[in-house]
Amino acid sequence: MSQVESWLRQSWNHDVVWSLRHSPTAIIAVFSTLICVGGALFAPWIAPHNPFDSASLSLSDGFTPPSWTQAGNTTYLLGTDDQGRDILSTIMYGARISLAVGVAAVLFSLVLGVGLGLVAGYVGGRLDAFIMRVADIQLSFPAILIALLIDGVARVVLPREAHDDIAIYVLTVAIGVSGWVQYARTVRGATLVERHKEYVQAARVIGRSSAAIMLRHVLPNVMGPVLVLATIHIATAIIAEATLSYLGVGVPPTRPSLGTLIRVGNDFLLSGEWWIAVFPGIALVVLILSVNLLGDWLRDALNPKLR
Amino acid sequence: MTFPQRFFVALAAISAFFIAAVPAHAATLRWAAQNDILTLDPHSQNHSTTHTFMRHTYEGLVRYSREGQIEPCLSTNWEQISAIHWRFHLRKGVKFQDGTPFNADDVVFSFNRILQPQGTNQIIVSGVKEMKKIDDYTVDAVLANPNPVLLRQFVDFFIMSKTWSVQHKSENVQDYKAKEETFASRNSNGTGPYIIKLWEPDKRIVLAANPAWWDKLEGNVTDVIYTPIKSAATRVSALLAGDVDLVTDPPPQDVERLRGEPKLKVFDGLEARVIFIGMDQHSPELLYSNVKGRNPFKDVRVREALSLAVDREAIKRVTMRGLSQPAALMVAPGAHGYSSEIDKVVPVNVDGAKKLLAEAGFPNGFEFGLDCPNNRYVNDEQICQALVGMWARVGLTVKLHAQPFASFAAKLQNFDHSAYLFGWAVTTFDANHALQSLLRSKTTGADGSFNLGRVSDAKLDALIDAAKTEMDSKKRDVLLRDALSLARDNYYYVPLHYQTRPWVMKKNVSMVYDALDSPKARFARVD
Repeated sequence: MSQVESWLRQSWNHDVVWSLRHSPTAIIAVFSTLICVGGALFAPWIAPHNPFDSASLSLSDGFTPPSWTQAGNTTYLLGTDDQGRDILSTIMYGARISLAVGVAAVLFSLVLGVGLGLVAGYVGGRLDAFIMRVADIQLSFPAILIALLIDGVARVVLPREAHDDIAIYVLTVAIGVSGWVQYARTVRGATLVERHKEYVQAARVIGRSSAAIMLRHVLPNVMGPVLVLATIHIATAIIAEATLSYLGVGVPPTRPSLGTLIRVGNDFLLSGEWWIAVFPGIALVVLILSVNLLGDWLRDALNPKLR
Repeated sequence: MTFPQRFFVALAAISAFFIAAVPAHAATLRWAAQNDILTLDPHSQNHSTTHTFMRHTYEGLVRYSREGQIEPCLSTNWEQISAIHWRFHLRKGVKFQDGTPFNADDVVFSFNRILQPQGTNQIIVSGVKEMKKIDDYTVDAVLANPNPVLLRQFVDFFIMSKTWSVQHKSENVQDYKAKEETFASRNSNGTGPYIIKLWEPDKRIVLAANPAWWDKLEGNVTDVIYTPIKSAATRVSALLAGDVDLVTDPPPQDVERLRGEPKLKVFDGLEARVIFIGMDQHSPELLYSNVKGRNPFKDVRVREALSLAVDREAIKRVTMRGLSQPAALMVAPGAHGYSSEIDKVVPVNVDGAKKLLAEAGFPNGFEFGLDCPNNRYVNDEQICQALVGMWARVGLTVKLHAQPFASFAAKLQNFDHSAYLFGWAVTTFDANHALQSLLRSKTTGADGSFNLGRVSDAKLDALIDAAKTEMDSKKRDVLLRDALSLARDNYYYVPLHYQTRPWVMKKNVSMVYDALDSPKARFARVD
């Protein structure tokens, strides 16, 4: 018990938590992120409806306005879309897809980027030059263009009937591949510094393999900035997913993500059914803003120069 | 698109000569709709949007007048030598847009070309056994049997230049479903009122008046710029912002608002088009399904269940905002042979559908794929999504695959589907056009050219074949009625609705409404 207590006290006074406690923006960001992530994560249990269950949809309930307006209906708090899906539930389920794709894409970029960065930095020479030139070339294209390219190629290569089932994985890989460069550059820079340090030399002298040195010795020492980068990248990845889905190359409309919802709602903005696009839009803004604020704060908190 | 250089030189010379002949208030019509054309080969694809543009640049022996009556076009007059023998006298002095003169050889060549099995337009010359050249300006059509709608069929019998086609190795019709491209599928050379200057797929089509046309434009539109805009909101915004003059498929949700716009006017009209679901009733095992070793759609009870599960009124009210009429027949009102007496829509009945599925051996439903275009019919993808929900309620798991019409058309023609959403307009305004194309047993010719579910019913075939040649109008009406009823009772297709298609345009534009959704620039005015 006392162990737990002292651990708690220690954490409470830890630098990061201390900085959190003294930054109201960060506290708000943490809360709203928790609400977004919680709502998305527990959607199947807490959402009022299941918008992905086609059998439960009723077309007759389509275009119901939000509950507080005159034609509204308390069954559908934020109204329904063109197919009669509850907007609130669809946002929760949609955020699930957006977050899942965002986080998975970041993990993909992270593994790819950190791996290549470590190898480039540690091995050096031609391999380093090659990896970094590829990175330079990729940087000259906007990330969204690369994601579109990968998505387009995948659509041609993969069998058509499988598209909808694997759309989400294609999307993840497309966004993941478009984002590895930042990680690779950061890690390579840090590795170049670490490589000449005594502990690395010592490890090498006792005969550890290069792979072991990279993973067990160098990696833990370069991960700090990578984690900060990843937090900020999650927001970018969610936006990329929303953009692709908005353009109609993302997830299918029967299982909409936030971007798909905004795309569908866009067709009804002029005819007065504003809630279909506006609420998913607000949800996306809140989600991105909180994750970004959190990332910013983490960067400051972990940067000793700013203390 | 590249025209031969000398064509440009010739064109420049001609334009210089005719510049004074251009109407005083030459105007440009900027027009937008969601769909694009599939090809410039006039014999390849029986697709309304494609035909709409072909009608601007290619011509048939006859054409529809402003009032929708048959009038002379490339043939000046004709006579019936016997019930199965027609003689057409061709117009003299007509030139194709590349300068080659038009004569009987071109008609015979076009006839043989349009019959090729890889095309889908054989219906246009259906029943014609042979086209014979009598002299340079006389052609005989020899029919297999008397044909009461021959002239209406011939409206879209587009005549190509034999010389031009041979010169550019385009004697054969483009095989669209095999993704073939030919010179004729990327370039055009008709005798018609407009020249297709440019076709950038999914981007724009540019037409310019043909200065050497044998007839005069009735309106003042000398240039047409057509922009396919898939997004409904973008299309409406373009109209509101004044970037386009005419939108022929406004999204139903915006029509009311557009009616209130002082700068715009709305033309209401019922399009002669039925929107329906087709099902594969031929494959021994259904594609894209979890049912192995059999094809559930061969069972009429399953097809009826599909129809019973559809709430057509809800689609009309919510998805179409009232701009549709629920359908039970495979031909739209406005076509000869349609009868409201037999157009009885059965209301939605979820329990009835479940019961039928259980009787057919699918108490827990089954899975199939639904192919759906997303840029062709009014709110097509939304309708398909709604159907997925309605069918889910009776236990059917439907995997929706929405795609642009260009890839959808090729997929369907390769029979790579289990069920699909499609639409059919009758260009002859006669029900047998729909019956013969959609329900007659499939052949490589006109019969069953769009029978993509490969329905085959000997009794129905007999009725359709009889209607092709029956000259007694009363007897023929009975045949059409029986055929339509037979198709309805067997649920060979599941008709959804007849779509209403208002056109929205600026106040200064005047158009002639066309029930085939085929605006004609030669009748249009922009003041």
